[in-house]
This record gives sequence, structure tokens and C-alpha cells, in this order.
Amino acid sequence: MTLTQHDIDQEIAAEHAAYEKRVADGAPVEHHPRRDYAPYRSSVLRHPRQPLVAIDVSKDPELVELSSPAFGERDITEIDNDLTRQHSGVPVGERITVSGRLLDRDGRPVRGQLVEIWQANSAGRYAHQREQHDAPLDRNFTGVGRTLTDDRGFYHFTTIQPGPYPWRNHLNAWRPAHIHFSVFGSAFTQRLVTQMYFPNDPLFAHDPILQSVTDDAARQRLVATYDHSLSVPEFSLGYHWDIVLDGPHATWIEEGR
Amino acid sequence: MTKIDTSSPENVLPTPSHTVGPFYGHALPFKGGEDVAPLGHPETVTVHGYVYDGEGRPLPDALLEVWGPDPDGNLPAVDGSMRRDPASGGYLGRNGVEFTGFGRIQTDADGHWYVRTLRPGARGRNAPYLSVCVFARGLLVHLFTRIYLPGDAALADDPLLAQLDEERRGTLIAVREDSGAYRFDIRLQGEGETVFLEFQ
Ligand SMILES: [Fe+3]
Repeated sequence: MTLTQHDIDQEIAAEHAAYEKRVADGAPVEHHPRRDYAPYRSSVLRHPRQPLVAIDVSKDPELVELSSPAFGERDITEIDNDLTRQHSGVPVGERITVSGRLLDRDGRPVRGQLVEIWQANSAGRYAHQREQHDAPLDRNFTGVGRTLTDDRGFYHFTTIQPGPYPWRNHLNAWRPAHIHFSVFGSAFTQRLVTQMYFPNDPLFAHDPILQSVTDDAARQRLVATYDHSLSVPEFSLGYHWDIVLDGPHATWIEEGR
Repeated sequence: MTKIDTSSPENVLPTPSHTVGPFYGHALPFKGGEDVAPLGHPETVTVHGYVYDGEGRPLPDALLEVWGPDPDGNLPAVDGSMRRDPASGGYLGRNGVEFTGFGRIQTDADGHWYVRTLRPGARGRNAPYLSVCVFARGLLVHLFTRIYLPGDAALADDPLLAQLDEERRGTLIAVREDSGAYRFDIRLQGEGETVFLEFQ
């Protein structure tokens, strides 16, 4: 039997209701998806069933995971954060500017760390061979960028508004337009890979990947804000998106800095 | 709202995780990502294995990151894992002599991966280990685990290993092969499920 959008919508609603009930019964707010989220079918065989083993980082400053790999100017080139200038021609689509701050849970900027992005082109097609979507490739757009955060924790990208694209989770499944982000903190425990969305996308309610974040406020934090002050005259529209890293870090190392 | 007001701590809430998806191939893997050890270093170890799903099928689209100290237990603070070529914009690879401690490896079509890095040294009360972060399509939040190497007396006193029963402990200790390489498989679910970690 073909799995329809209606089936998935019902599963999403049931997961959401179950979460609301847990919170109403006193369970903590869940900022992240559960790894076991059946409406996203690929998660079914790819999540552990055993509980994770907890490690209290405050008991051991020597943990390898409390430090982070370092990245620097050697690891990026000057135009790596401008996805519209990486080929001889100009990519097709609406140019956008995406900027924001990388912060830790205390609201402090994470400086000099690596931010990597990847995305579909304006037609909703990735420059990836396994990509099956029959939309045009753009020879002037690979859809990959990287940068280092500055002294105030800011990152900055110039790119093309990505298109939504179909995938095969169920019949007529479409991903809302998004940009994938990969970021590092000051500790490996803060590692984050996520996706940024654009305001008011009508596909939000139907997308099991976005809806895997069952907390309404947490899900909102994945949506960028249109920011006219970031729009560049005669060039691009601006979006602001701050990223807050979860996971403990080594506060005793930071003290006195 | 996605402009975070840092003046009030209750507004500083974490950005949710999402799956890495299937299409990160142009973005995340880099040339030499699996060759972390400086060329010809005498303390080089090779660790390899497969990543399996709950039905024992290997994942052709998993991405592993490996992070570890040098043989003296010191954590590197140098960049240069993914040096770029300013002329072509492509990857230059590592510089061949510096140890950055960071590796990133995509599983191949068979679900196989390897890393060649330096034998990690011990830190504090812990037996030596490599930290591993696992990403994959279908995995909504990455998973942390550790690779311990067999034959080290410190394994007996390691605070993490000590709290696991024997079967589960075994999932974190690589197996030495006749070739001298170490085998470390990652099972995301089911029988022999790898121990995954949560840092608090
Ligand atoms: Fe995508």
C-alpha cells in the first residue's frame, strides 16, 4: 500500500500530541528530535534502542570530547563563503545573504570556528550524482560553502535561494527549502549538524524531518528571519539566523580568559 | 525568533539537530580526511570497519568524524585538517608533518571506512581512546562513541568501560587483526549495538 502524505500527516500529529502530553505530565522540554521518529522512515533502522550511556563532564577535565578540532585560515579560501562566485559564470536564482551568530548555551560567541553549508540549487537540485530529482543542474552552482566565525561569533554567506525538492519518504513528499549547516564549538560535545529554513514555507507542516522537532518553540528556532538590514542594495535579500550550540563545554578552561 | 537575545539566559536555547541527509558529499568529505597521521610516523595505527543498521545492512552514506590526542596524550590545537588550495579552490590535503588529530571519513559503497591516525595517549584516569561522532541519513541527531585499542592495561580502570557489562564493553574495544590493523564496527541498532554516549 502506498504511503500517502495524509498517512504521514496523521503520524506527525500523533507524535506531536504524544510529546505535548509528556510535557503536560511534567517531562522536560525536548530541544532536539528523538532519533526514533517513524514518520521519517529512514530513522527506523538507524537509531539505537539501548539508552545512551551518560558521561558527566564536570567530573573529568581530561576528556578528549571537551576539546575541539581547530580550523584556521589555511582551511578556507577567501571566496568559500560566496557560493555565487565559485564558477566562471553566474548561478541562476535569487541571490541571498545569510548571516548570524554562533553562540554557546551561555550566550557567548564561539569565535574562529568552522561553519560549513550545503544546499540545492534554485531548482531544488543537488549537485550530487545520487540525486534523482529531474530538475536542471546549474553548472555555475555547486551549493557548498565554508567560513570561520569572526571575533563576535558572526558567520556570513552569499548564496542562492534554494528550491524545495521531492524525496521518497512517501508519495508526494517535498522538503521545504533549506540550507544544511555543520558547525563546531569549543568542545567536540557541542558538535552540531542541522538545517536552516525560510519564513512561512507552506511545506513546514508536511515535512517529517522538520516536524521531528516536536517542540513548537524549538522548531521555530530553525527558521531564519528576513532582515532588511542584511539585504544588499541591487544585489540580495538578507536572512538572519543565530545558532546556539548545545552540549557541555569546559568552563574551567574558559575561566580567566 | 532566530535572532537570539543574549541579555536573558532563558532566551538562549539550543538550535535543534537535524540529519546530515544524503547529499553532503560535495561539502563535508575532504581529501585525506582519513589520513590523519603524518606520513611515516612510527606510532601510526589503522582502524577500519563497517557501519551497520538494525538489519545488519552496511550504510553506504554514513560520515564519521574521529578526534583524538597524540601519543603523549596531548590534544592538538593546530588547524590544517582540510587545507585549501587558493588557486583552484580545491583541497590541498594535509601538510604531511603536522598532526591535527581530526579526521572525517565517508563510508564507501560497501559501508566500509578507515582512519590512519596516531596511537592516542592516555589522559587523566582514562584509558587511551579516539572519540568518534557518527552522522548518517536517517540519523536525526549524531551519535558519539569511542574507540579503545586492545591490550592496554589501563582499560581495566577506565571510568566508562568500568560501568559497562562485558558484552557492551566489547563494542568499544577494537580487535587487532593479523595485519596489525584494528577492526572497529559500528552497529547503530540491534544485536551487538554499539555503546553510544551522552555528555552532561
Ligand atoms: Fe537537503
